[in-house]
Amino acid sequence: MTTTPVRQSVTVTVNGQEYVREVPTYRTLVDFIRYDLGLTGTKEACSVGVCGACTIELDGRIAASCITLAARADGATITTIEGVADGDNLHPVQEAFINHGGFQCGACTPGQIMAAKALLETNPSPTEPEIKEWMMGNLCRCTGYYQIIESIQAAAEAK
Amino acid sequence: MNDFAFHAPETLDEALGLLAQHGADAKVMAGGTSLTTLLKQSLIAPGHIVSLHRVRECAAIEASDGVIRIGGLATQRDVELSPVVKERAPLLAEAYRRVATVRIRNVATVGGGVAQADPAMDPPPSLLILGASVVAKSARGERVIPIGEVYADYYETTLEPDEIVTELRVPAQPSGAAWTYIKYLPRTEDDYATVSVAAIGRAEGGSVADVRVALGAVAPTAIRASVVEDALVGQPATSDALREASQAVSEIVDPTDDPRGSAWYKRDMSVVFTRRALEQVLGLA
Ligand SMILES: Cc1cc2nc3c(=O)[nH]c(=O)nc-3n(C[C@H](O)[C@H](O)[C@H](O)COP(=O)(O)OP(=O)(O)OC[C@H]3O[C@@H](n4cnc5c(N)ncnc54)[C@H](O)[C@@H]3O)c2cc1C
Ligand code: FES
Ligand code: FES
Repeated sequence: MTTTPVRQSVTVTVNGQEYVREVPTYRTLVDFIRYDLGLTGTKEACSVGVCGACTIELDGRIAASCITLAARADGATITTIEGVADGDNLHPVQEAFINHGGFQCGACTPGQIMAAKALLETNPSPTEPEIKEWMMGNLCRCTGYYQIIESIQAAAEAK
Repeated sequence: MNDFAFHAPETLDEALGLLAQHGADAKVMAGGTSLTTLLKQSLIAPGHIVSLHRVRECAAIEASDGVIRIGGLATQRDVELSPVVKERAPLLAEAYRRVATVRIRNVATVGGGVAQADPAMDPPPSLLILGASVVAKSARGERVIPIGEVYADYYETTLEPDEIVTELRVPAQPSGAAWTYIKYLPRTEDDYATVSVAAIGRAEGGSVADVRVALGAVAPTAIRASVVEDALVGQPATSDALREASQAVSEIVDPTDDPRGSAWYKRDMSVVFTRRALEQVLGLA
């Protein structure tokens, strides 16, 4: 890394609020969200697109923020886990994860919720195989997956 | 990550101009799903990134005269869901559907996939047997290259650094032929294939009227199994004939040992999954 990084102005709308930040061109979107915007709900684990911890919604589709450059998101509309609840009212997917034990340590949970929410927006009543196929990119080292699937099924029914 | 200038052109022509200007010191970025990791791991250190995220051209998927034209900037998810592709080349829709996870396919583009040229990717075997070609544009002009001539080696293509893949042209699948794409995943569902096989075939009156087979993940590029096709066309479609013909792939594959399997295992599985694919498309499964 050189001492005078090339900087880039990035304007994004995150959870309905506009932010403008000047960052080095090599800044990843996950670092931008966590450290430049202070929204630390989004986690980084594998850093190579495999685990799903960093899942966000980018212009209406889920994406891995660890393998996206912040500069590439200039002008984008983003939703992170912080924007999922409506004030104090949790999203049905969040409620379901709490009620059905869909998490233990919680490290993977923001990504799981973002992915599950996107699934239900695409397919409001998914079958179990459809849930498994969509969620296969979100790894969890604690829960054992069954309760995650149950949580998503419950959220689908609650809607 | 190394330091680089980031360019976000609004049009294809502007992007081509930037690539012409900066030559081999520039890298084009589409979805960035592979390129960002290469940058982060300092496996490449270009001085300029030309990002295509603002370019609105080259993303449509259309068909005319039996040829599907897929814009180089279409996402892999767009291809998977495209009614045009599903109707005319269901094999291709399925091959793209099997790429990674929805989170990656939402962002990864068709052109980025072609240029990345990892032999373990899902689309290449299908693109080979469908006879796809790649349209590559540069400030110098445009080339149309058969897909088999694009893949050169592991992660290597015959594309020039100033060229952008603007379109993939894919002839529609022959109607009345059966098709399959087998992605063999002994580890996890979201992995790259250990061995993959795409096949199209049609049996008529007990004989093989048409058959096409290609394999992925078992050589420096995806490979078409012409030896198998030549041995079968016009011959009786019997289990023994398919079994015998499949053996020939062990001579053309050139796999390596990696965490997805040893070379000898992949060689064996190439034969097994070629046979299964043939059985499926020739009505003997
Ligand atoms: C976690 C993970 C899992 C994956 N699993 C699979 C899998 O199971 N199967 C599979 O098939 N693939 C898999 N992939 C690979 C994926 O398909 C590629 O990363 C993707 O196709 C690259 O497209 P992109 O648009 O993101 O390209 P980028 O990352 O932007 O670019 C990749 C390369 O192509 C060049 N390039 C990009 N666009 C163009 C263009 N239009 N013209 C010329 N050159 C261009 C770039 O300069 C770079 O060299 C996986 C990737 C990840 C991150
Ligand atoms: S941290 Fe981004 S997918 Fe794992
Ligand atoms: S709850 Fe701990 S990793 Fe998923």
